[in-house]
Amino acid sequence: MILLKLMFEFIKTGLFSVGGGLATLPFLYEMSDSTGWFTHADIADMIAVSESTPGAIGINMSTYAGFKTAGVPGGILATLALALPSVIIILIIARFLNKFRDNKLVEGAFYGLRPASIAMITAAGLNVAKVALVNIPAFQQSGSLSDLFIWKALILAVLIFVGQRKLKWSPVLFIAISAAVGVIFKF
Amino acid sequence: MNNLLELYWTFVKIGCVTFGGGYAMLPILERELVEKRGWTTMDDLRDYFSIGQCTPGIIALNVSTFIGEKRGKLPGAIAATTGFLSAPIVIILIIAAFLTNFAELAVVQHAFAGIRVCVCVLIVQAVLRLWKGSVVDPFTLVLYLVIFALNAFGGLLPVKLPAAVLVLLAGAAGIAMSLHKAGKAGGKK
Repeated sequence: MILLKLMFEFIKTGLFSVGGGLATLPFLYEMSDSTGWFTHADIADMIAVSESTPGAIGINMSTYAGFKTAGVPGGILATLALALPSVIIILIIARFLNKFRDNKLVEGAFYGLRPASIAMITAAGLNVAKVALVNIPAFQQSGSLSDLFIWKALILAVLIFVGQRKLKWSPVLFIAISAAVGVIFKF
Repeated sequence: MNNLLELYWTFVKIGCVTFGGGYAMLPILERELVEKRGWTTMDDLRDYFSIGQCTPGIIALNVSTFIGEKRGKLPGAIAATTGFLSAPIVIILIIAAFLTNFAELAVVQHAFAGIRVCVCVLIVQAVLRLWKGSVVDPFTLVLYLVIFALNAFGGLLPVKLPAAVLVLLAGAAGIAMSLHKAGKAGGKK
């Protein structure tokens, strides 16, 4: 019974949260209030964990909440439930897209969607840069520009940028190296 | 069957290394799916991302479903999506069962500060590569700048427009502009 309820709640979340993983947050807070499966503090913890593990917050939260309420099967079931609505919708769109790729209207829509898409990728990059490359609180406190930039992070960024252009290594390798550099140089 | 297993396994690998939301996944998808396997093109990937923005669910998940469907219809979509979910599920189950305060461990924090720097650079490079096929004329450049400003600094406005709304507006603007162009071309004839 609890498994059914768990599934229902996470299908609902998956269906109504549009856009990135953070869009699931309002639904998670609501679920916390109405079911008591996890607390608001649990959600805050999970945001931190999600930032430091692979996977989106919505996915992680469903696994966590499912596990807390019904053990390992609960964790797996809740996660699959979260994914279910979007899988169905994407399957329908994929069919549609194959058929209408050459339609003038679809072409026109993509003419506008493409620059919008990379604009949002740029904004996402800026958001990461705000925490990875600069230290805004330190700058506000001291007012000196040299405190604004996290110099060792900037150096690493330049090295990765150049390295990626020169060496055709996998991005995964660069991620692993960056993690090691972060630990060794105490980022 | 082999095809499905390969799809599943490829997405398990991708699921292991997608830190920091959907877009951070783009460079890894490019490497694994475009360069190594030729399963899709960078242009298709970008289109999947823009569709994923305005449909329910997590973008990275939507993109996995798209590529799975393209490679192997319904079974392919299921293989890719469950593959993508596998690693995060296992990791969170382990953390939930054994570790408390995982995110507060100093080693974890340092490692992820390093990873964030890398993710940043990877995203910049993805933008540079996609630029050519996306920003092709003054109209698309203006659209790029407007959407970027609204998305990055929308918090300064009284109401911040959600990404899904921005995507819908951009799509509508694209349709309007291409109809306008077609109308002009038609008028000349």
